[in-house]
Amino acid sequence: MPVIETHNLERVYQDGSQVIKAVDGIDLQIDEGEFTAIVGPSGSGKTTLLNLIGGLDKPTGGQVSIAGENISDLSDNQMINFRLEHIGFVFQAYNLIPVLTAVENVEFIMLLQKKSKVERRRRATQLLEAVGLGDRLDKKPGELSGGQQQRVAVARALASKPDFVLADEPTANLDSASTANLLDIMARLNREENMTFVFATHDQRVIDRAKRIITVEDGKIKSDVKVDH
Amino acid sequence: MILKLAWRNIWRNKRRSLITAASVLFALFFALIMRSMQLGAYENMIRNVVGVSTGYIQVHAKDFWDEKTLEYSMERNPSLEQKILSTEGVADVVPRLESFSLASTGNATKAAAILGIDPQKETEYFDFDNGLQEGEIFAENGKGILLSEGLAEYFKLKTNDTLVLIGQGYHGVSANGKYHVNGVVKLRSPELNKRLAFLTLKEAQFLYGADNRITSFVVIPERENDFPELTESLRTGLDTAAYEVMNWREMMPELVQAIQADSAGGLVMLFILYLVISFGIFGTILMMTSERQYEYGILTAIGMKRGKLALTVVMETFFLSLLGVIGGGLLALPLVLYYHYNPINLGGGEMGDAYEEYGFEPIIPASIDPSIIFTHSTIVLFISVLLSFYAVWKIYYLQPVKAMRS
Ligand SMILES: Nc1ncnc2c1ncn2[C@@H]1O[C@H](COP(=O)(O)OP(=O)(O)O)[C@@H](O)[C@H]1O
Ligand SMILES: [Mg+2]
Repeated sequence: MPVIETHNLERVYQDGSQVIKAVDGIDLQIDEGEFTAIVGPSGSGKTTLLNLIGGLDKPTGGQVSIAGENISDLSDNQMINFRLEHIGFVFQAYNLIPVLTAVENVEFIMLLQKKSKVERRRRATQLLEAVGLGDRLDKKPGELSGGQQQRVAVARALASKPDFVLADEPTANLDSASTANLLDIMARLNREENMTFVFATHDQRVIDRAKRIITVEDGKIKSDVKVDH
Repeated sequence: MILKLAWRNIWRNKRRSLITAASVLFALFFALIMRSMQLGAYENMIRNVVGVSTGYIQVHAKDFWDEKTLEYSMERNPSLEQKILSTEGVADVVPRLESFSLASTGNATKAAAILGIDPQKETEYFDFDNGLQEGEIFAENGKGILLSEGLAEYFKLKTNDTLVLIGQGYHGVSANGKYHVNGVVKLRSPELNKRLAFLTLKEAQFLYGADNRITSFVVIPERENDFPELTESLRTGLDTAAYEVMNWREMMPELVQAIQADSAGGLVMLFILYLVISFGIFGTILMMTSERQYEYGILTAIGMKRGKLALTVVMETFFLSLLGVIGGGLLALPLVLYYHYNPINLGGGEMGDAYEEYGFEPIIPASIDPSIIFTHSTIVLFISVLLSFYAVWKIYYLQPVKAMRS
């Protein structure tokens, strides 16, 4: 069974008298362990598609199933809970709570899951070590570089033990070295832990590392290719 | 961690938070000082009037309070006295016989209020002996007269001089007597200090031909603040066709009204003050919520329930106000304590004269009634929690996708 499955997915925006089909009939299946990039020019509908898959937005047509469960019928509260338990998020920037330290930021999501203090601290430390920030546990986001902040966000996304991680332009604000470092970490987590990653990006450095590249244009899938590295 | 988050969020914009907390601090400080002074002045008035003259509750023969003559006196009936004493919450009763006479030394004459008293009980409950200027308080069967300071001065009388009382007694008998001055007392109420003189109860009964009669039983409550409830239970217990039970609020409605009118003026000022700081707090909440839209979007996206998120914002506002409240309280406390123990003396100024005219000691001791700080802290905290519901409302209608696009 695919982790993510969309069927004839559609999201229409009414902008004044103009109707924008941001996502226009997308059928998609993503399996466990994939490392997929959704690519396309700005305005092609990548973010909208990711938001629909992540349950942050409701489709105007079609449906999204996560691990076999149709999420379109969930109430707001159920949806928030579903995201907490099943989906990891990494956004373009400012992912973190500025007043909490790195380790507290990672712990925070497990706190929402009502995990014990001991387990929270242990797993948060372990994950931050895994993303190479073992020596930055008690630093606030403001004291970390952009790349380090994104790595904390990845650690947080994994902390809740999600089914998959959605990352919308995670490298958009990073320099080459930080980008390479972040991609290395995510590729390793994909390889070693079989974590599923889905990116929305137009960053060539990300596309180069993806194992599957889905190209969208005007809300439609143009091509879908698997790449062997 | 929610608590930690709320607390740390306060310090994200230190300057703004400090300004907000400071405005709360000053508002509370001002409110506490103002109310302590105001309520302290009222407490003082009440203590002056209630404490030295009427007492908290009195029992009279029916209609005495309106007529104020000996014809409406009552027999000192042991079963009545017993009934009052056995009422729950009553500590003691003090009998009094009250009337008027002309006082004269031959050279000068002046109308005087005469109060027949039980000297021991008056001393015990009304600090009667406190104001003794010269001579001594008479014993229970003393034959002398005690003059208020004003009367003694008017007649230029000293201890052991003599004074004649001329008047009318019970059922119209003539009531004349000649008395040695036993002593002079200064009464706290300047009004009473000008015209009151005391005899023992027995002597007054004899003078007025009112054997075993009194005009009032002053009821001493165990807890002064319970006087309204006690009034009611006395009313239920006594025969209200023959007796009237009145508490000081009923005996002195003008005083109650004056206090209420004055207090209302103060409350209007406080209302305006609270309105002003409400705008300040609301401004902070407004800016805070609009700055954090993106962050709230992220937090709901990763799975934080709206209720929990709203709670952190409410707590943040609450803590912020609490800082101001604690600061205001700590700042006001020493001042209030100081003015409680060192009351402001209005002295001979215009205000002081006005006070004296109404029969009050011309001082304002600050009230240390803990309910003042409790009430105003609660009001301020309640206002800020109420205002933070704006943020709660924003959070409930927040759409993460929209919030993060901005
Ligand atoms: N909330 C919205 N209201 C109106 N139009 C929107 C909204 N969100 C996205 N769009 C439009 O939908 C299209 C796709 O946007 P988006 O998914 O953000 O593209 P991408 O992420 O590929 O740059 C764009 O034309 C954008 O202007
Ligand atoms: Mg986008």
